[in-house]
Amino acid sequence: MSRQFKNPVLNWIEYRLPILSFIDDSVGSGYPTPKNLNYWWNFGSLAGIVLVVMIASGIVLAMHYTPHVDYAFDSVERIMRDVNYGWLIRYIHMNGASMFFIVVYIHMFRGLYYGSFKAPRELLWMIGVFILLAMMATAFMGYVLPWGQMSFWGATVITNLFSAIPLVGDSIVTLLWGGFSVDNPTLNRFFSLHYLLPFVIVGLVIFHLWALHEHKSNNPLGVDIKGEQDLIPFHPYYTFKDLFGLGVFMIFFLSFVFFWPNFFGEPDNYIPANPMATPPHIVPEWYFLPYYAILRAFTKDFILYWPVSWLITAKLAGVIAMFSSILLLLLLPWLDGSKVRSAKFRPYYAMAFWVFFLNCIVLGYIGGKPAEGPFILIGQIATTYYFVHLLIIIPLVSRLERPKPIPESISAAVTAAHAMKAGE
Amino acid sequence: MSETANTDEESGVDEKSRRDFLYVSTAAVGAVGTALAIWPFIDQMNPAADTLALSSTEVNLEPVAVGQAITVVWRGKPVFVRHRTPEEIARAKKDDTANLIDPQPDADRVKKAEWLIMVGVCTHLGCIPLGQKPGEPKGDFGGWFCPCHGSHYDTSGRIRKGPAPRNLVIPGYAFDSDTTVKIG
Repeated sequence: MSRQFKNPVLNWIEYRLPILSFIDDSVGSGYPTPKNLNYWWNFGSLAGIVLVVMIASGIVLAMHYTPHVDYAFDSVERIMRDVNYGWLIRYIHMNGASMFFIVVYIHMFRGLYYGSFKAPRELLWMIGVFILLAMMATAFMGYVLPWGQMSFWGATVITNLFSAIPLVGDSIVTLLWGGFSVDNPTLNRFFSLHYLLPFVIVGLVIFHLWALHEHKSNNPLGVDIKGEQDLIPFHPYYTFKDLFGLGVFMIFFLSFVFFWPNFFGEPDNYIPANPMATPPHIVPEWYFLPYYAILRAFTKDFILYWPVSWLITAKLAGVIAMFSSILLLLLLPWLDGSKVRSAKFRPYYAMAFWVFFLNCIVLGYIGGKPAEGPFILIGQIATTYYFVHLLIIIPLVSRLERPKPIPESISAAVTAAHAMKAGE
Repeated sequence: MSETANTDEESGVDEKSRRDFLYVSTAAVGAVGTALAIWPFIDQMNPAADTLALSSTEVNLEPVAVGQAITVVWRGKPVFVRHRTPEEIARAKKDDTANLIDPQPDADRVKKAEWLIMVGVCTHLGCIPLGQKPGEPKGDFGGWFCPCHGSHYDTSGRIRKGPAPRNLVIPGYAFDSDTTVKIG
């Protein structure tokens, strides 16, 4: 493990703590990477960078924020108006949350398309699902902290979901609140946990990378690495590709920070929380909308509710469906029985993937609309399709479809492509 | 040494079960101890003593005329106090036999028929229903209407239509006199 360097100081450190070779083997020239990764592989490192940006900006914001119902809203406004560059740091943190979800959702859809969740990367994928869950909890609690109307009522609606649990539901909600409604104890604990959870995410990310490095990155062809000829060192090839991607991403991210800082936000959250008046239209942040649509789809006359209507309330069914919509992803490596990973060689799976992707967009659109008129039915159809895709289409298509012939190796595919061109 | 070996051999089964017993009992004591140590860390999240101490509110009913409604704060939540009109009471009683989602006769929901006192929190996901102020929508059944997900409550605060599973909650309360009520 220990390595020799020209610099005697580095050698001194390396001999006692082989951290330099550890870094080099993790994200440097010592980490071999498939040579055919496309730009969709940029989003993992982008997610890591956004996490660092969120932690850095969050620690600074916590220096000026007051977690008390009487002061929270004003302390955020003080950050915006009086604290030096407070407006910039808060807008970075606020828009950074949306960026984090954009990047992670693209990262996940990339995994779905190229079959990165399949053996031997099942645990890698599952850890990723847990990262998503931790991100959602963190984002939800962070959104409560400014103590605006949407903060307060979002917290009220979401914590009330737990009251759907039979028998102990109400006790659980009281436990979460630390009182009889969302109030100061709730705000305090959300602040504490909002500060803690990002570091839990860091821990999960370390496991995510550990699992990744064991079998190396998947690649657009989805074929296993056969030897040295399929690989190039992570540094300098992918460090610079990632840096270029970071530059493009930063233009996107900072455009929002500087020009449309409230694009992803709700105007109602600039009204201080009022426990005595509910805003007419409560919507969660955009990244929760598809799950919110699934939750609301469960009414008494929804077809998916009928089979369980004798046992549980529609509300509980909705809550279970909402959590299942994410937890089911944990089972995906087994729901998908195909030996071939990449959708490039699985045309029917690829079609199903794109329909599923569009369906998620529809769910997100419906989640932002009031539950009335045609939106209810569209939401219920999209919800049904979401589960049909995961539980019926994927298991069947992956087992029945006959994939196209896959190349022998990454380098063989490149050579074949060159041979084709030469032959023309 | 040989003596020890003999003892082991002779009472081999006993030694083994005695050791097993020690393992199991140590593990059991350890598990109970851990559970006891964890409990304070969970229970600290429950309402603190000062939060519980704020759990009753006195309301003066004198200024509330027939047909009027007021909202008071109890435990950080709104409580609806409606001075019902005779028509509202009659409608609520008539609907006792209607097809109710959460069946309960009006008589069980009030202590005095003209005073309907309920926690003003929708039993679906905790929004505050409209219908307290004169201009607000009262829903299809003349009571309250929750704008969040469209639940309709009748003049007895019973859920009649929409996603809410239960009637509006009746808090514990007592009339201290004809004109004052203590909630909680």
